[in-house]
Amino acid sequence: MKKRPVFLRKMTDKMVKVVSIMAAFVGIFLLFWILFEVFMRGFSAFSPKFFMDISLDGENGGIANAIVGTVVITFTAVILGVPAGLLGGIFLSEYGRSSKIGNIIRFSSNVMMGMPSIIIGLFIYSIIVYNMGTFSGFSGAVALAIIMLPVVLRTTEDMLSLVPNSLREAALALGTPRWKVTLNILFRAAKTGLITGVLLATARVSGETAPLLFTALNSYYWPAEPCWQFWQFFSSPTANLTVTINDYAMSPYPGLNSIAWGASLLITFGVLALNISARIFFREEKK
Amino acid sequence: MHEIRDNIKISVRGLNFFYGSNQALIDNDIDILKNKVTAVIGPSGCGKSTHLRVYNRIFELYREQKATGTVMLDGENILSPDIDILELRRKVGMIFQKPTPFPMSVYENIAYGLRLHYKLGRDEIFEKVEKALRSAALWDEVKDKLDKPGLALSGGQQQRLCIARAIAVEPEIILMDEPTSAIDPIGTAKIEDLVGELEKKFTIVIVTHNMQQAARISDYTAFFFEGRIIEYGETEQIFTKPANKKTEDYITGRFG
Repeated sequence: MKKRPVFLRKMTDKMVKVVSIMAAFVGIFLLFWILFEVFMRGFSAFSPKFFMDISLDGENGGIANAIVGTVVITFTAVILGVPAGLLGGIFLSEYGRSSKIGNIIRFSSNVMMGMPSIIIGLFIYSIIVYNMGTFSGFSGAVALAIIMLPVVLRTTEDMLSLVPNSLREAALALGTPRWKVTLNILFRAAKTGLITGVLLATARVSGETAPLLFTALNSYYWPAEPCWQFWQFFSSPTANLTVTINDYAMSPYPGLNSIAWGASLLITFGVLALNISARIFFREEKK
Repeated sequence: MHEIRDNIKISVRGLNFFYGSNQALIDNDIDILKNKVTAVIGPSGCGKSTHLRVYNRIFELYREQKATGTVMLDGENILSPDIDILELRRKVGMIFQKPTPFPMSVYENIAYGLRLHYKLGRDEIFEKVEKALRSAALWDEVKDKLDKPGLALSGGQQQRLCIARAIAVEPEIILMDEPTSAIDPIGTAKIEDLVGELEKKFTIVIVTHNMQQAARISDYTAFFFEGRIIEYGETEQIFTKPANKKTEDYITGRFG
């Protein structure tokens, strides 16, 4: 038998290594480029006024209403989407693991995770916005909750499935009812994974734009006077960061363009903070 | 003979067990005596753990597993669907191969089971936790770290914590499924001593791979082979003059 030349084999090995390292660097480089660009352009927009005021004159304005709007919409989406996702995940992992209905739910949520978010926006437009007769922050929150649901559901299932059966058996053998086994023992064992999943799902939807275009729309005003009546967002178009970026970035006024960069910086750092805290949570538990 | 009949705690008749279509236990008949230690021995895959897992119906966690026959506990068939499974599992505690402390503090690990089954005041719970830890010969080692996570203890301590957790709810029977196979020799010795103590109050059934252990701590021994109970009797008898050739081959180390 003729041997392959060692030199060539070593060369190929090195080549593959170098190329893959380069590809990895492209990814990291792009992330830092984006962060750098957003930071350089956005930071100059930051001022007390940017955080405290709203902008009507096209210059020197702020996005206080959009900050509050995004927080309220995201928070409501979490309240609507997370409990349903957690419970659905419990069903898949604890009760319907290999049942037919379980498989159907698992498949459907995989499909839903891949669904373009604008479709969900249109769906909510046709069933909530159309029937209520008005755009509203609430409908936006429902759209985001629908996007969160399959993500939380699948993470919950995965995290609960990682808990070894020996712990389930031990808890059941003590005479613990099944629901308490899940809520008191398994949830505690899977705590970090579950929190991480919820944080990542929140991070994902807080940066969504398309589903809000047809639902929360946007607003240049506070939903109501006085501005702290944030519950008004249930019944009126609500300012939010992502659609504000969309609107102001396309504006002819340089002042508004700058505000759009500021809003981009804010949301980027918000999402980054959520991601980093998810990682920290995960690391804490591993110790 | 009458004395024996009065002292039967568990009476198994015609027990068959299936993993899907795979039969793992064939016509098991056995009487487990009250306040005795019964050892279950046999080669891997002979069905000894499977047999044990019928006594508290823990196998029901898995949909494809099924048991038929009767298992009478104090005259009640525990395989009947009418049985209160939570109360059954309070009465029949279980210790597993690997220690399984709950992800909570040492104290909470025991208080959890107590709160599950009894209405107790704070002081009563504390008393009972202390009592359980003392009975499990663990109190002196953990009394200063009751609020530390149970998982922070050593393997042997974790296993004794699980024993304390099981006895805290005042069971009548304790099932042990190879409780020392993941524990170092010193921890094993402590647990074996403990079994001798617990025998006074509880009926103990212990599955073990370790024949010296079975000989040391048990009063009765059952030898399982390929899903059948080949021989059952007093431990001394089984180990000194077994009636069956298979039993003899196994305990003399010719296979298994």
